[in-house]
Amino acid sequence: MNLHRRAILAFAAFTAIAPAAVAQEGDPIVIGEINHYTRMAAFAEPYRKGIELALDEINSDGGVLGRPLEFVFRDDQGDPAEAVRIAGELMTREGAVMLTGSILSNVGLALSSFAAERGYVYLAAEPLADSLVWTSGNPYTFRLRASTWVQAAMLAERAAETDATRFATIAPNYAYGTDAVEAFKENLTRLKPDVEFVGEQWPALFNIDAGSEVQALERAKPDAIFNVTFGTDLARFVREGGDRGLFDGRDVYSLLSGEPEYLEPLGDEAPEGWTVTGYPWYALEDGDPGKPFVDAYEEFTGETPMIGSLVGYLTAVSIAGAIEKAGSTETEAIREAFEGLTVADTPIGELNYREIDNQSNMGAYIGTLAVEDGQGVMVDWEYKEPGPYMPSDEEITAMRPAE
Amino acid sequence: MAFFLAQILNGLANASALFLVASGLSLIFGVTRVVNFAHGSFYMLGAFIGVTLMEMLPGHVGFWGAILLTGLAVGLIGAIVEMIVLRPIYRAPELFQLVATFGVILVIQDLALMIWGAADRMGPRAPGLRGVVRLWGEPIPKYDLALIAITPLVLLGLWYLITRTRVGILIRAATQDREMVGALGVNQAWLFTGVFALGSALAGLGGALQLPKGGADLLMDFNILGPAFVVVVIGGMGSLPGAFLAAILISVLGVFGVTYLPQSTLVLMFVVMAIVLIVRPYGLLGREEVAGEHGQVGRPEPPIRPYGQTARLVVMALVGALLLLPLVAETFVQILVIDIVIFALFAASLHFILGSGGLVSFGHAAFFGGGAYAAALLVRHASAPMEVAFLLAPLLAGVLALGIGWFCIRLSGVYFAMLTLAFSQLVWSVAFQWRSVTGGDDGMISIWPAAWLSDTTSYYYFTLLFGIGGILLLRHAIHAPFGYALRAGRDSPRQAEAMGIDVKRIQLAAFTLAGAMAGLAGGLFVFAKGSVFPTELEIARSFDALIVVFLGGVKTLAGGVVGATFLTGVEDWLSRLQYWRLLLGLLIIGVVIVAPEGIVGAVRGAWMRWRGSAPGLKSKGGAAT
Amino acid sequence: MTEILRVERLVKSYDGFLAVNGVSFSVAEGELKALIGPNGAGKTTCFNMLMGQIRPTSGDVFLGAERITGMRPRRVWRKGVGRTFQITGTYQTMTVIENVQMALLSHHRRLFDLRSRAWKLFRGEAFEFLRIVGMAEQADRPCSELAYGDLKRLDLAIALTHRPRLLLMDEPTAGMAPSARVELMRLVAEIVAEQGVSVLFTEHDMDVVFAHAHHIMVLNRGELIADGDAAAVRRNPKVQEVYLGGGTLFAAEDANA
Repeated sequence: MNLHRRAILAFAAFTAIAPAAVAQEGDPIVIGEINHYTRMAAFAEPYRKGIELALDEINSDGGVLGRPLEFVFRDDQGDPAEAVRIAGELMTREGAVMLTGSILSNVGLALSSFAAERGYVYLAAEPLADSLVWTSGNPYTFRLRASTWVQAAMLAERAAETDATRFATIAPNYAYGTDAVEAFKENLTRLKPDVEFVGEQWPALFNIDAGSEVQALERAKPDAIFNVTFGTDLARFVREGGDRGLFDGRDVYSLLSGEPEYLEPLGDEAPEGWTVTGYPWYALEDGDPGKPFVDAYEEFTGETPMIGSLVGYLTAVSIAGAIEKAGSTETEAIREAFEGLTVADTPIGELNYREIDNQSNMGAYIGTLAVEDGQGVMVDWEYKEPGPYMPSDEEITAMRPAE
Repeated sequence: MAFFLAQILNGLANASALFLVASGLSLIFGVTRVVNFAHGSFYMLGAFIGVTLMEMLPGHVGFWGAILLTGLAVGLIGAIVEMIVLRPIYRAPELFQLVATFGVILVIQDLALMIWGAADRMGPRAPGLRGVVRLWGEPIPKYDLALIAITPLVLLGLWYLITRTRVGILIRAATQDREMVGALGVNQAWLFTGVFALGSALAGLGGALQLPKGGADLLMDFNILGPAFVVVVIGGMGSLPGAFLAAILISVLGVFGVTYLPQSTLVLMFVVMAIVLIVRPYGLLGREEVAGEHGQVGRPEPPIRPYGQTARLVVMALVGALLLLPLVAETFVQILVIDIVIFALFAASLHFILGSGGLVSFGHAAFFGGGAYAAALLVRHASAPMEVAFLLAPLLAGVLALGIGWFCIRLSGVYFAMLTLAFSQLVWSVAFQWRSVTGGDDGMISIWPAAWLSDTTSYYYFTLLFGIGGILLLRHAIHAPFGYALRAGRDSPRQAEAMGIDVKRIQLAAFTLAGAMAGLAGGLFVFAKGSVFPTELEIARSFDALIVVFLGGVKTLAGGVVGATFLTGVEDWLSRLQYWRLLLGLLIIGVVIVAPEGIVGAVRGAWMRWRGSAPGLKSKGGAAT
Repeated sequence: MTEILRVERLVKSYDGFLAVNGVSFSVAEGELKALIGPNGAGKTTCFNMLMGQIRPTSGDVFLGAERITGMRPRRVWRKGVGRTFQITGTYQTMTVIENVQMALLSHHRRLFDLRSRAWKLFRGEAFEFLRIVGMAEQADRPCSELAYGDLKRLDLAIALTHRPRLLLMDEPTAGMAPSARVELMRLVAEIVAEQGVSVLFTEHDMDVVFAHAHHIMVLNRGELIADGDAAAVRRNPKVQEVYLGGGTLFAAEDANA
């Protein structure tokens, strides 16, 4: 839809007189997508392009149920309340058949609760909070990415293999940070009971005082460091820590730092030797299921992919698969189709959603950072399925609210 | 000991950019009395322009030259902003200019996104200053030492400018007494422009100087704003040495906070500000605000009147239309109206203390979010039925307002505003950090209304009942003796005191009532959304309310409600477009320039002219807004 | 005659400068008493200490038998003391009558009333007070439009609303036309006579003072140098010395604030 037409529609909505669209044969199937396009543009844009690529492929293949698939993208400014209002509008006015979107966990949680109350299907693609599918899980919410717990557990597994026993942690002072540190501690302690956590630093999100944080970590004299900071915080932390020698002779385990969103801005200052989770798109070789996606994305957008691009692509692919399986655009049908959904031949191989907690099997790439040609890259990486890092089925059933 | 000294050096280095930004802010406030929200945006521009220039200019000369050029460029931008946006509205009501500067923030946000893109930029390293030196065995980055040296030089330069030059004398004179400068035959407009440019240039310099320690990103405008305001207030508004001291105090305390209380990073500076303001109400080196010094610029508002026949009919027709709406409109329109009514009640509650009481609160979200959280906590932890939780929301928010008001009400003007801000930050941080109870920033979800209200239309009527009920109650209070007493205390505290009115007590009661009504809005909000997050307690939420009150018209009774409706409607419409913040910002600036008395004020003025009557002379119906 | 106000050795010092230095005097019931003195003599400071706007450094103020030293202005007002100001501080965003109603609302302790419509309350009573000061026709005008002299009269109406025992008037005629001054003071004199209220006022206009005051006190450099009836004050050599320099005591036409 072009800008002009959207503006006119928007105006009609504003003046509140236009009748709601009634779906007809051949009309597009509309998916409501809500994201932080202004507040987190750097993350939301590649994600959106990933979706657009998938839509391009799906629709040139004849669409879904013989109808074109269309996403309506809306900006919520990262405000949960705004997101909930837009969600209502998308479902009741724009004729959306289900919802997806959000990067921030709190917005995801708000949408998830709203979806359950109203009986809308919501696919949380990006948000990492474990509670989305566990303690706050509900039958209408599905989640794509590997959660905080899983990614922290993968790093903890690596950390447990070394001699390091004194660990310090640094994480942004908000839910994602605390969840990640807790998950790392719990997993590491289980694998290696003699570890000791000698320091915890909690900088304010996107407002780190890197010099002081580095000094404080240094003072704790840890053998190894677990880092959760990202974005500008990560850049400052890496620079101050590098200058002041914090990382000399220490292992660092760092969540998400290998994702292009965070790695690329670091340029040649990417911290070598860190063990990270991320997305080494540049190293995928022919034969890897992820390779055709990378090529298609580069051709489609003229840019290199971010992790968000992959997530966006998988989001659209999942939704198309679910609707195709449902054979209908009715909410209940889509919901039931999502449970145990399997989509073959995606960039991560076969993608499926577990029935027990509506979590997909999308895993994470874990590897070591190095600098090549003035740019940080992941080396010695492997792709890991989330399954082995999940709590047991009994634990998950106990966590999830009764349905 | 070595560690201790290294910590202090760290703090001093951090103080550098903070002082540059804060000193500019303080200077601008001191002379023009504009609370410049856009100051953080100039800092951000400084960072982006600095990065761009440093990439173009090589070597030592290039690096330092780029910083100076950045200062000049941002100063120039500041001057242009001042001339276009602020110059037309200096005669508008007190603090009205902050709405315009808010528009500037939005415009600069989207322009920066257009020009530099969304990705974060790492700052270039300063040539020759990479790496560390070891002092007492502790590694100290060389660039930190450079920053520590530069800050006092800047202070010295400013000191020279202000005490030794003619411009400085004028600046000082204007800080002490604005009228006097005019009397001295100085072109006040150019003095203001010059000071604004200087202040902006300092912010730009700050943005460029911090590059080797950080970078440029699109969130840095808001990130620096909070600390900068804290520094200005702790130092004393308008005092440069105060800003210097406060920047160092905050930075050094921050460093020790990181070391000894790592969890304190969110609130420490606001705690410090609250303590300083309670002990020294005008900051470390500030001076007492003379009553009426920057109040009541422009002509006083006409006496208030209850609505006349015509206006009553219009309001009744509007309410009638809202009542009939579900018959014709679909669910989404009802949802939008629910949001508008809730926001309108929130804005009306702020307008009550701001308009009638002259109490500018920067922290009103504490009570909106407080009400929402109170209801959610009762549902979650006490398993309270929705109805009980809903009714307790305004009560608990009122109690919170009573407590916070007790501290704040003894201050006035900008200091009052900043203390309310500090307290609202404390409330925010409690909600943010006390995860076991409040859920932290994952908030509390699944707080839905009782079964009989779960349908959108039922909740729509529920919202209309309490939302419009609350607004009418506030309106009624304005016309009641209580509202008159509040206005008396604002118009002339001395006279009020001399006729037996306990002004502070009336203000505290009004603050509490406004808090309770904001809490009512919060209660409506939480059950409409089914969830609550610390977002509802954020500074941004307080500013939302503040801006719609000014946009609607402070000196009118309907200003809050009209402003809220306008902004929610326009935002809902615009946010479908790309770069909509640019459009919204331009729209706000446009409204501000065209209608410096707010939307309602402008409409009233037009109505008066059309009726051919002088403002306030007669016409019970006309002066009814 | 019984005393309504008694002031004992009142002192106010600012960093060692004695603005008011050991002033003692009293005002009797039904008395119209003037406090005069050159600019900077300490008249307003003295007044502000009586009403509680300023806390005295030392000394005492008694209203009847009750000590009111340092009491807040609003409490002094509740004890039955009214006050008008040299520069009026009426409520700019209210009408003339609402200003009076405001005082009545306070007097009748209705300030926390959230139910009534303020503009309906005590309107008749307020109108009466406006009539007394000759402002009835302007009752519904916005206060911001009033001429300065009218503001002074309004201020007087406001001060009368709680039927004070004692009225403190700081420069009641300052800024008014000469004829209006005489008229206003005649009005004050009438009120004193009719309602038995005592008045203490400061004034620059000697015509006004000597025409109406029962007794006159002269303050100079913070010290009281004379206290007596008009004739006694005129004869007082210290007073002559103070005022001959200024030349305003007996050629009062040009003397206004």
